[in-house]
Amino acid sequence: MRRYRGLTLFAILVFAFLIIPLVIIAVTAFGTEKTIAFPIKGFTLSWFGVALSSRSFKNAFFLSFKVALLATLLALLIGIPAAYALSRSGIKGKKLIKNFFLSPTIVPGIVVGYSLFLFIIVKLKMPVFQGLLLGHFLVVLPYVIRVVGGALEQFDFSIEEVSWSLGCSKPRAFFEVVLPNISSGIISSFLLAFINSFNNIPVSMFLTGPGIVTLPNTLMSYVEYNYDPTVSAVSVMLMLTTIGIMFVVEKTLGISALAK
Amino acid sequence: MKNKSAVLFLLPGSVLLIFFLFIPLCSVLWPTIFEEGLSFSAYIDFFKDEYYVEILVRTLRIAIIATIVCAIMGVPTSYFISRCSKKWKGILIAVSMFPMLTNSVVRSFAWINILGKNGIINKLLMAVGLIEEPLSMLYTEFSVLMGTIYLFLPIMIMTLVGVMDNIDNDLMEAAESLGGSKLRSFIEVVLPLSVPGIITGSVLVFTGALTAYTTPQLLGGNKSLVLATFIYQRAMTLNDWRGAGVIAFIMIVITLVVMKVLNTLAAHLDRRGENNA
Repeated sequence: MRRYRGLTLFAILVFAFLIIPLVIIAVTAFGTEKTIAFPIKGFTLSWFGVALSSRSFKNAFFLSFKVALLATLLALLIGIPAAYALSRSGIKGKKLIKNFFLSPTIVPGIVVGYSLFLFIIVKLKMPVFQGLLLGHFLVVLPYVIRVVGGALEQFDFSIEEVSWSLGCSKPRAFFEVVLPNISSGIISSFLLAFINSFNNIPVSMFLTGPGIVTLPNTLMSYVEYNYDPTVSAVSVMLMLTTIGIMFVVEKTLGISALAK
Repeated sequence: MKNKSAVLFLLPGSVLLIFFLFIPLCSVLWPTIFEEGLSFSAYIDFFKDEYYVEILVRTLRIAIIATIVCAIMGVPTSYFISRCSKKWKGILIAVSMFPMLTNSVVRSFAWINILGKNGIINKLLMAVGLIEEPLSMLYTEFSVLMGTIYLFLPIMIMTLVGVMDNIDNDLMEAAESLGGSKLRSFIEVVLPLSVPGIITGSVLVFTGALTAYTTPQLLGGNKSLVLATFIYQRAMTLNDWRGAGVIAFIMIVITLVVMKVLNTLAAHLDRRGENNA
């Protein structure tokens, strides 16, 4: 790349633009001042202590984790068979049905949350948690359909047909032949769905109640009213988790598995 | 696969989508056009109100500028990534992807620290002596725009890297050996070949920027409302559910129109490319 000096310089500036803001946050998490300051004057870890002992952050973390996990599992449970049917059957209007399954992507998240709020909570008087779970399920379902669908397209179905002709029942062939062959697609879609649900804000904006506020939404209202390094500390912990996940993905599936 | 079992496999998802996406959506959108008879008065009122139109125009302006800036920054960067050695490519892809996987509150919060009254830029400018009083950059359209570009640039880069990978290196070399300068070869060879990728990336950035909530809320607040933050304000603060429905409908229509137009354009360009080959 040495030949393209201008291009290299341009790319370096863009990467600096992407990374420096996050580095600044990471540094401010260790500052001793009561409000956020950069550069920091002294070094302390106490903001991590404040963040970890905060009950609202802790509860919010567990709620977000639970919602993301359940929504993702539900999306896999419903999305994998649907993706299989969409790639394997000769059913009419396949393209239309696929678009129907991907339709949550064209509805803005805030609108998904708002319409669920009016319908499920105001009209049907269902608990907030169910609404929140359904909202996150809707948002992550397209990831499963798209990524698992992509993996099924790569899979050579004659392998499945061979197992049938060797006397394997269709359900058994699905579980023992098809699923293991698309496992990397399933894992990628699990991670993508989980991360996107865990980070999602707009869908959850309307779907909150006493004791039911997700972590990003808690962080958001904290940022709106406070300006101390606690948020930086939480950000650092979230970023470290992300780096950890990316590292594991790189060692197993290859990082491009998340670029879908 | 038998059609009967296919239907069975597709049924649970369809039922959930109909009951929890389409019916709720219709129950929000229907009252905006039907109130004791079909009426578009809510939409006419929206477009007659200068304040509302200003928010709509601001949202579109931010989405359009962010898309263009992301493309300008993303095209050379993704080309650079695709020409790197395998090891560097992996590192640079990880660096571009990392912000994408980081929560958008964290990413917007970073820009509060940079653009705020006590932020880094103001401190720097005051230390150098260029300004006496801190500039108010936060809660302006500019800060929302910066945050939006920052939010969506990784998506543009990641979309384009795949496209750039498929552009043969020999093409650039041929163009250069025929006497084109590096910049001219890039603009006349690489750029046209990456147009379909730019369009795909632009759809993602534009629709994302149009509907983003977190960044405009944190960096624009009530002073620089966009459609997404305006919906929340209408519904939650003012209890104007019909008004919120109108905004929801406008957002969905713009998303659909932009997707349709750009995807048709991309398909058209793809066909033309095939004919030329």
